[in-house]
Amino acid sequence: MCLGIPGQLVEIISLEEHRAIVEVDGVRREVNIGLVMGDPGGIAVGDWVLIHVGFAMTKIDEEEAANSLAFIKLLGSVYDDEIEQFAAEPELTLAGDDAATAADDKMVRP
Amino acid sequence: MRFVDEYRDPAAARLAVAEIETLASRLVPSGEPLKFMEVCGGHTHTIYKHGIENLLPSTVELVHGPGCPVCVIPMGRVDDAIAVAKRPNVIFTSFGDMMRVPGGSGNLLEAKAQGADVRMVYSPLDALRIAEANPDREVVFFAVGFETTAPSTAVTLLKARERGVTNFSVFCNHVTIVPPLKAILESPDLRLDGFIGPGHVSTVIGNRPYRFVPGTYGKPLVTAGFEPLDILQALVMLLRQLTEGRCEVENQYTRAVTDGGNRKALEILSQVFELRPHFEWRGLGFISQSALKLSPEFADLDAELRFAVPGVRVADPKACQCGEVLKGVIKPWECKVFGTACTPETPIGTCMVSSEGACAAYYNYGRLTKIPVKSA
Repeated sequence: MCLGIPGQLVEIISLEEHRAIVEVDGVRREVNIGLVMGDPGGIAVGDWVLIHVGFAMTKIDEEEAANSLAFIKLLGSVYDDEIEQFAAEPELTLAGDDAATAADDKMVRP
Repeated sequence: MRFVDEYRDPAAARLAVAEIETLASRLVPSGEPLKFMEVCGGHTHTIYKHGIENLLPSTVELVHGPGCPVCVIPMGRVDDAIAVAKRPNVIFTSFGDMMRVPGGSGNLLEAKAQGADVRMVYSPLDALRIAEANPDREVVFFAVGFETTAPSTAVTLLKARERGVTNFSVFCNHVTIVPPLKAILESPDLRLDGFIGPGHVSTVIGNRPYRFVPGTYGKPLVTAGFEPLDILQALVMLLRQLTEGRCEVENQYTRAVTDGGNRKALEILSQVFELRPHFEWRGLGFISQSALKLSPEFADLDAELRFAVPGVRVADPKACQCGEVLKGVIKPWECKVFGTACTPETPIGTCMVSSEGACAAYYNYGRLTKIPVKSA
């Protein structure tokens, strides 16, 4: 949560809504880029950023991104937890308790 | 130097260690160690993981600070969170780090097992998405963290307002880094010779807010990155200041930190939050103006107002010495319950829960590398 992870901006969904896709170590996720758009030089596809809880917080250069990613990977479980949470989709519906499951139940019943 | 070989630049690390040794021996010929506090839990993690303490001469001692946002949440706030989570129509969302933090009566994971709808989220924006997908439920986000995560909560609140989402609210526990630093500097039981300033918090607030450390308290501070070499270089910079009779805020982490910080983030913080008159910190007690709450303009999205939070106050368990660990007065392994009653699997104190907590870091790595206590 507290340690930012470095990612590369691979797609801008909407500059107006501050939405973009970043890639961290092969894993892609949407993040908010509103807090780095005021940086000198703006923000563009290909740029590297430090990401905290779904927000790009700081622009960094490519070398720093590579070095800090290599370092965070050395931390083992800290990195594994972070990337697992980074990759996770939010539970919009509660597993086992939603309408879809109820429908499934009906279907398997004779 | 077994550990140095694993560093990105072993030669530079060796040079730094040699310079630390030379400068420190000149500064304290008597051998009484110089004490530097690393404020940030991320730094503590690096220090234990990479055995940095074992590289340092006996004249330099690292003291672990309070910069782990999970560790400083008092037990009563966790109980408050659980009380909200257990309300019938609530979906309670939290970062994974907070799920196992014990309150006075259980943790969020246990509340979930007992039937509360508690969901882990990576980002406050995910909590907002859950609110939009469940318009007939009340979705509460458990906001924790220093200035690294507070802007994200602020932006999320602005988005909720913009999109007219009314079934979303924030249980705000954001804290700020400067007041606990002041509290530590004014604490009578701790003598420090300088600070390694936090890295990622400083990308947001910049280096400027630390000027009071040399200005008012006469101690140098160097903001550092998270790699082992960063920490060694920050120590060199601190020792050079002491040797040359300087006392300043310096920046070792120029790759990411500027003097002024992230102006946009700071602007949004002041738009959405205001300072609480006081806030309780685990182990440090009440510190005035040390935490954030939603400003009156966002009061309708404040979970504390929406749900009449019980406002539980729970004394820390007697056996637990997290407070002393957080202030750097004792080392993790000097705590009475460290590694026996208190382990990462069954933590008593917060310092053992969070992976950035000094106790968890030491438990996970330190025991492998710690050399016997240095003789006087």
